[in-house]
Order: sequence, then structure tokens, then C-alpha cells
Amino acid sequence: MFSACADPSSLDGLAWLGCYLTTGKHIDFYWSFLTVLVLLAVTAPVALAFGFGGAMAARSPVLPLRLVGKGYAAMVRGIPDIVFFLFFVIALDQGLEWMLHQARCPDWTDPIRQGLEFRVCPEAKIPSGNAAQIWHRLYGFGLAVVTFAIVFGAFAANVLYGAMQAVPKAQLETGESFGMSQRQVFHRILVPQMWVYALPGLSNLWMILIKATPLLFLLGVQDIVYWARELGGSKTSAFDYPHPDWRLYYFLGLLVFYLCMTRASEIVLGRLTQRLTRGQATLAGNARRKAA
Amino acid sequence: MTRLVIAAAVLALSTGLAAAQTVRMGTEGAYPPYNFINDAGEVDGFERELGDELCTRAGLTCEWVTTDWDSIIPNLQSGNYDTIIAGMSITEERGKVIDFTQNYIPPAASAYAALSPDADLKGGVIAAQVGTIQAGFVAESGATLLEFATPDETVAAVRNGEADAVFADKDYLAPIVAESGGELSFAGTDIQLGGGVGMGLRKSDTELKAKFDAAIQSMKDDGTLNAMILKWFGAEATTF
Repeated sequence: MFSACADPSSLDGLAWLGCYLTTGKHIDFYWSFLTVLVLLAVTAPVALAFGFGGAMAARSPVLPLRLVGKGYAAMVRGIPDIVFFLFFVIALDQGLEWMLHQARCPDWTDPIRQGLEFRVCPEAKIPSGNAAQIWHRLYGFGLAVVTFAIVFGAFAANVLYGAMQAVPKAQLETGESFGMSQRQVFHRILVPQMWVYALPGLSNLWMILIKATPLLFLLGVQDIVYWARELGGSKTSAFDYPHPDWRLYYFLGLLVFYLCMTRASEIVLGRLTQRLTRGQATLAGNARRKAA
Repeated sequence: MTRLVIAAAVLALSTGLAAAQTVRMGTEGAYPPYNFINDAGEVDGFERELGDELCTRAGLTCEWVTTDWDSIIPNLQSGNYDTIIAGMSITEERGKVIDFTQNYIPPAASAYAALSPDADLKGGVIAAQVGTIQAGFVAESGATLLEFATPDETVAAVRNGEADAVFADKDYLAPIVAESGGELSFAGTDIQLGGGVGMGLRKSDTELKAKFDAAIQSMKDDGTLNAMILKWFGAEATTF
């Protein structure tokens, strides 16, 4: 990267380390931290939306909708995460390609499944075979986000369902006696009050989501775990910077990163709890009212 | 809304199908000197140089993709890339699920590396990479097989005493043993396995296979392949 690093074998000590830590491969490693943060930033709201939808469906007076909502939560919660991750990414990918194949290549006569092969026409490939590598990466990342959102959405649905049930019935009935419709009661009374009940469960989920990000590695996304293993492995002189097995140090770095993420989350979630308990008829809310 | 975004993304990704088809070359990127990711973060090694040359000769545009060794065959079959060029030995068992081009590395020796030359190779614990011909060989040899996902981990297992020896391609182990400063050494005798290394392709891709077969043949004929093998694997490497 720097001109001083042109001949790594002549360097030693700090200069060597400085050059080593700024190789193209290390820059990729640093970017992959951003990959993880982006995954968290995108997945959390999407999963929350899935959860909200699931919880609303589970409370619906319409039976089929109720079954869908409860079935969704029960199914995802009952299946091990890893199984779901491995299954869903393949199923989603092949499902999308199969649909595009039906739409774009009606004249295609070869079978799609030939033995173990899954072969759609070239026009139906996502992304297309000619697309730059970045699109393949983004597509893989997108599949991962959707899968994460579905899995964590189910847990969120369960938490939100419980939170909605926890809002005192008398409050809702009061709303109705003021002449509000079901919709209005839901929007004006139920939803604003349920967050305080949902927060402990949701903050727990958020922590689990942070810890689950290394699953990206399983899905073939080059995340921090991938790079830590790749960079830490012992390197022979085929590489510019030969070194023995340094995986311990790289994984130690990841450990610190995840602990910092946890600490930062705890601080933010603590503040959020403070805000949400204001004026609520809960223990924490009462404590605040008395203190004021 | 979400559905709209997805639909738009799918459209954006799948348009722009014009011009020549790009051939996506799948490799592991963790098996120096065959293939590895160099310090600039790019695929490098014998197979990178060979693959680029083959693509030029066959008139193809090629792009390099890395994937885990574990899932390298399933990913080929589901179309994530079009070829496997990852030091994969041609075996009858693999030949049942994918097609191979003719070999571009002649049948080469596999070897044991251990902390001492008299390690127990028959009854001890032997490390090998999962899904390799070496792993299959160890399983049948009577020794206890200890499998790892990456080649690097198999060597690390010997260094930290978890395994008595590692069994892998000699070309992979040679630089590691040479640079270990006497810590590691070869043990037992070399063993010939497999029918050389070739490129793996889907069984339905007969046209592409013919192109690569012809390109490999032309490199064998004019001697460039032998020169490339000597460059990457050293003067003692077996050539055609």
C-alpha cells in the first residue's frame, strides 16, 4: 500500500508490522467489520417488522391469519437456527431462480434438476453469470439478511405478542368506552404502551443477534470470522508476510470487538428503557414518578 | 414495499445479459502453492496463473470466486460458479457427480508430515482435510482420522500435538516442512493417490469441458504447463 512496503522481506519490527497490518487483505478484513454492522443495522428493523406482523397476525380474530402468525413463530422457534440458515438460503435462491426460469424461458426443454444439479436457463440466473463479483456478494448478503430477518422476526413476534397481551385490559376497554374503534385502540393505546413490556425481550434478542452474526460465515459471506481465520492461519514464504499460526490473536481481537458491541448496546438499551418507562403504570415507571 | 424493493433488486441483478458469457472459476483460496489469497486480497498461486492462461487460450472471460472446500462440489452443481480449479484430484468417486477435464498436474505423491520422523502412522491420530482423497486413505489405513475444514488447521493440529501426523499432498506440505526450522519432518514413505489434478465441471457442461480440455492439451504440447509446474512446485516436481 505504501511505497515503504514494497519489499516486505527487508523490513523488521514495527515497520514490518505497520506494513503487514495495511495489506490489501487486512483492508478487506477492516471492511468486513462494516459488513457486520450493516447486517445488524438492516436486519434489526426488518426483523422487528416481521415480528410486528407476526404478533398482529397471532392476535387476529380471523382464524387462518391467527394460524399463520402462530405457526410462523412456532416453526422458526422450533427448528435449530443453523438448520434453518442452511436450508433457507438454498431454498430461497433456488425458488427465485425457478420462478424467473418459468417466466423467462417457457421454451426451455431440459429438466431443471439433473441428478444433483440445479440448472436453470442463463437468463434466469440471479445474479446473471456475467455480473461483476460485487453483485454476487450483494445478492449473497441480501439472502443472509432475509434469512436473519425471518429467524429473528419469529422470536420478535413472540416477544411482541406477549407484550401486547401484557397491556392492562382495563386500558383498552377504557378506550373503547370513549368511542374509539378497534384500530384506534390498537394504535393509540396498545402499541405505545406495549414497548415497555417488550423491551427486555427485544434487548435480549438484539444481543443474540449480535452474537449470531458469525453465522454469516456459514452462509459464505466473507465476514470478520472468515478473515480472522484466513489471516491468522500460518503463512509460508509463498506470501509476502510469512508468519506462524496467529489465529489466537485475531480471534482475541474479535472477542474484544464483540464485547465492545455488547457494552455499547447495554448503554443504549438502558437509556431507551429510561425513556419508555416515563409515565407508565409499571414498577420502573412508578419509581420514576416518586423520584420526580 | 419490501416486495417492490426485492423485485427491483432482482430485476437489476438479472438484467444486462449481453455479450460473451463469463466463466466463473471456483477455488478454495487456502491451499498454497496451488491456490491462495495473496496479501493484496486476490486469488493467487499455480492455479490462478494456469486458469488465466487457459481462459486466454480458450477465448473466455474468467472471474475468480472462492468458496469453502466442504461445499465446493454442491456449489458447482447449484450453479454458483462454472468450474472447480482447486487442486482437486481426479477420482472415480468424484467422477460420478461431476466431470473432470484431463489432468493438468500429473498424479503426484501424498506424504505424512510429523514432529518426528518415526511417528506412529498406522495406529496413531492422523489429521487430513475433510473430503480429500487423503482423508479417505487415512480412514482405510486403520489410523484414527481427524478431519479439519481447512488444510492450515490440519498442520496446526500436528504442531499443537492434537494429531501425530498430517497427511496431504506433498507439494502442499513441502514448503511448510522446509520453513518449519526442523520442527516438522516427513515421516514414512510417499504414497501415490488419485489420477492427477483436473478441473471439475458440471456433467451438463460438455461444451465448456471440451474448451478447457483443448486448452490444457495445447499447454501440454508446447511445454508451458511443465514450465509453470516447475516454477510453482520446485525443480523436483513431477512433470508431464
